[in-house]
Amino acid sequence: MNRLHVLATGPLVTVQDRGRPGFAHLGVPRAGALDAPAAALANRLVGNGPDDAVLEVLLGGLALRADVGCWVALTGAGRDHPVAEWLPAGATLRVDPPATGVRSYLAVAGGIAVPPVLGSRSSDTLAGVGPARVEAGAVLPVGEPRGRPRPMDAPRPPTPGPLRVHPGPRADWFVADALARLCAATYVVAADSNRVGLRLEGPALPRRRDGELASEGMVRGAVQVPPSGRPVVFLADHPPTGGYPVLGVVDADDLWQCAQLRPGEQVRFTPAPPPASAAARR
Amino acid sequence: MSGSVQLRPVGPSAVLAEVGDAGSALALATWARAHHVPAVEVVPAAETVLFDGVADHVALTALLGGWQPGERPAPGPLVEVPVVYDGLDLDDVAARWGTDVAGVVARHSEVEYVAAFCGFAPGFAYLAGLPAELAVPRLASPRPRVPLGSVGLAGSWCGVYPTASPGGWRLLGRTDATLWDVDRDPPALLAPGTRVVFVPR
Repeated sequence: MNRLHVLATGPLVTVQDRGRPGFAHLGVPRAGALDAPAAALANRLVGNGPDDAVLEVLLGGLALRADVGCWVALTGAGRDHPVAEWLPAGATLRVDPPATGVRSYLAVAGGIAVPPVLGSRSSDTLAGVGPARVEAGAVLPVGEPRGRPRPMDAPRPPTPGPLRVHPGPRADWFVADALARLCAATYVVAADSNRVGLRLEGPALPRRRDGELASEGMVRGAVQVPPSGRPVVFLADHPPTGGYPVLGVVDADDLWQCAQLRPGEQVRFTPAPPPASAAARR
Repeated sequence: MSGSVQLRPVGPSAVLAEVGDAGSALALATWARAHHVPAVEVVPAAETVLFDGVADHVALTALLGGWQPGERPAPGPLVEVPVVYDGLDLDDVAARWGTDVAGVVARHSEVEYVAAFCGFAPGFAYLAGLPAELAVPRLASPRPRVPLGSVGLAGSWCGVYPTASPGGWRLLGRTDATLWDVDRDPPALLAPGTRVVFVPR
């Protein structure tokens, strides 16, 4: 079996696949690649299946070697035209910090074959379910490649734009035009954003009612508004339940952008079309 | 108890069912799973059930329309949790309950609890059953580290810490039962619906 030897990491490298659905009722976050289209593209470029695990690299700093030559692909942050490359045995692959964006995805033909936990190889950074974060010195098993990568038939990368937001379950906890205020303002990504949530600075979203909301189930993309009024967009490692009201829900197709926004960058929201026309759109 | 279910959309692929209390939420979640609800996640909480990963809203709404709010599921499995009652807050809870430590142990261990929902950490179950008059407030400031297996109270909930973590629950004792094990099915010892009794050791 091929193995990857990790020589160095940057601020955070984790193993991710499509996540661990079905355990929220036991308190387990879903986890999974934050920029799912980029991870899927990387897998596709090296001939992997959609459920194979990749490495999610925050900024840069990853360096590794493989025992056996293998196809690899690096997608995500700032990489508009990624291709599969041959990594010879013993050669060092380095992921440099990208000029734009935040998270890169490294797929290796055969997939990162760490043992799955509850059906997934994803690291969850909130509750610690799944493989530990990847550190220098780690040796990662690689699965059997399914064959040579096929000629490029990769989908067009999604286009960035304002985050489309659907009404949330607790819009009635806010002033009547709160969703319109969210969509009219420009927010700035806060430095404490992470895999749990994209934290935003900007105009506060005032509440109409005081008091505490009983803890309730949360979804990916939920725009949760704590008492500070600063919205947080819940991402893959969000807690399965939460006690602050949810004003809106960012469309799942736009969440990849939240994975690539840097602290200090601007974010805008726009009302999502209602479900019927959204279905027609796709 | 609420006499009806209010459905609130949570974006295009999830629905929050508001039922008013934890017992009804557990009942609805259990009933919905037994009826093969078309959802990836069914998450009961204090007053609601979240259905996430819903592809067919019409089918979900039709199914939930068939639930009778008074309906209660068959009792879940019974788990005995052995407890050494030596928690840091025993004296405090005894004072709040107007009894002594032996009285706290007796009252806490005579109740049959039911795991209503999980939250806070994997396998951390909110256990219902303590009489409302025995409710105790959370600590004013949480402890930075509560050891694994600690048994505590917050409001009228009882809970057992599956891992060491910060926490503000008032601690009565500790257990060596394994609350969370990813190699076990289900991984949570106290999954929603499980009945729980604490056995003094």
